[in-house]
Amino acid sequence: MTLAPDMAPPGTVLSGSTVLSKSTVLSGSTVLSKSTVLSGSTVLSGSTAAGSSANPGKLTDLFQLGLDAPICLTWELTYACNLSCVHCLSSSGRRDPRELSTGECKAVIDTLERMQVFYVNIGGGEPTVRPDFWELVDYAAEHHVGVKFSTNGVKLDAKAAAKLAASDYVDVQISLDGATREVNDAVRGPGSYDTAMRAMRNLADAGFKGFKLSVVMTRHNIPQIDQFKEIADRFGAQLRLTRLRPSGRGADSWDELHPRPEQQRELYDWLVAHGDQVLTGDSFFHLSAFGGGALPGLNLCGAGRVVCLIDPVGDVYACPFAIHENFLAGNVREAGGFESVWKTSTLFSDLRKPDTGGACKSCGFYDSCRGGCMAAKFFTGLPMDGPDPECVQGYGEAALASAVIAPRSSVDHSHRTSPAPRTPLEPVPVTIGRRRPPAHDCDESPLAGFAAGAEQGCGCG
Amino acid sequence: MAEHEVETEALTSDELLVEEVSIDGMCGVY
Amino acid sequence: MAAAVSFDLERAWRVDPRVSMRPEPFGALLYHFGTRRLSFLKNQTVLAVVRSLADHPSARSACLASGVTDAELPAYTRALAALADSKMITERMPS
Repeated sequence: MTLAPDMAPPGTVLSGSTVLSKSTVLSGSTVLSKSTVLSGSTVLSGSTAAGSSANPGKLTDLFQLGLDAPICLTWELTYACNLSCVHCLSSSGRRDPRELSTGECKAVIDTLERMQVFYVNIGGGEPTVRPDFWELVDYAAEHHVGVKFSTNGVKLDAKAAAKLAASDYVDVQISLDGATREVNDAVRGPGSYDTAMRAMRNLADAGFKGFKLSVVMTRHNIPQIDQFKEIADRFGAQLRLTRLRPSGRGADSWDELHPRPEQQRELYDWLVAHGDQVLTGDSFFHLSAFGGGALPGLNLCGAGRVVCLIDPVGDVYACPFAIHENFLAGNVREAGGFESVWKTSTLFSDLRKPDTGGACKSCGFYDSCRGGCMAAKFFTGLPMDGPDPECVQGYGEAALASAVIAPRSSVDHSHRTSPAPRTPLEPVPVTIGRRRPPAHDCDESPLAGFAAGAEQGCGCG
Repeated sequence: MAEHEVETEALTSDELLVEEVSIDGMCGVY
Repeated sequence: MAAAVSFDLERAWRVDPRVSMRPEPFGALLYHFGTRRLSFLKNQTVLAVVRSLADHPSARSACLASGVTDAELPAYTRALAALADSKMITERMPS
């Protein structure tokens, strides 16, 4: 049984319970009887307020305030990768000489076991190119930390597939961004489609049922959604559709790749129709503001509160889409290790403060979307306490018109190919979101859709 | 800060001691 | 969405071995490795009940031993029903 987050706008009275106003704060000294019902909009002043005699309210409130340990976290094992996908969130390609050693990785796993982190999402770069990859996966499983890893499939031969099929604690996810070679390879590079297909064939032949086929949704592959489902079904895999963010190299390809507004609606309708058959990485919660029903999963940003990223050199970031010094909480090599960073870093303490909604407070859909994705806002130059750039109610477009600087990360391990690497730390005037796409796909005139004096910004939809 | 808490009847059908959600990594595996 | 009302308090139950349980200040988090579901136990008493299920001949006995009163029993029954519904707890042969 899955309980969806409360979809009702603030002020709605729900049968049998009373909705409390958004500004209600219960202090640590308030003792609540077991019969008190708190709505999803109640803010508690900290986990100590929820002692054994108090009702801590909804799961989402609890998650906003942060837990003593992550539920799961992303761990990028290496920045090395055999591919150079144009939208790579971690700008991967070249190994970093400071990457954690095997021993240091095992120490991290020991910490995660002690903290009872339920599982790790292992990625990179391409994690399987690390020579100690299998050793680390085995070590994690032996130490009660579940492993899900993401791969382009380059090393998944029959032998590797058999090993994975035999394990109960390891889940694997193959990345594919086009249902056809043409669409996929345009993003992920020549040969990548074939590599993914071969890996999936090997997994299916080895009897691994239910591995994941994971797709980053773009303007070019949203029309292929049904074909992706067919591919997943063909291999006995579960389809996973995730959101593109303007992070890493995704910042450079955002204008060309991000969905059009009408495509967001199409995607949302498809996700609602396919319900629990399809995973989303809990990444489409901004679409919940379409209001036609909550998507399964956790509809809020868990960065620094419930999840985080450990990168290949041990840096701890709020989330894998926020590899930037502003979201760097510490490093696992510091005294106290990962546990100390999670529990005491200034960045995470700030992220765990109650969320007041900011500029989104007056929107009736705020409870559904919680203001969207922090990383998407940051890398499009939008303020953290305002709308998501892809706000389905349209508030993001208006906000983008005022955005001045799109931050750039200095962390870039891209393969050294032309064009020349960008100068780190230099602010770049915002062009993200401002280039107007063709008024109509069939228009050839460069002036199609242009009206003198018209407001800049995506005018489609 | 205003404190409004309204007590419902004891243990109404809407009070649940267990809450659940299906999670898929919370943007973890990309 | 009401939990199934057919939960049998008289049977013996246990936490599924694929579930990882993590105590928290407010109660506990349970994660099922098979279903990917996360459950949130909202107080210490329901945690005590769930933890002790395997040691009791019936769920009712586990509830009473954890201090659940007669008036509270229906709510705890609904909680256990929710956990059974999502496969966090399963019936076992009474030992």
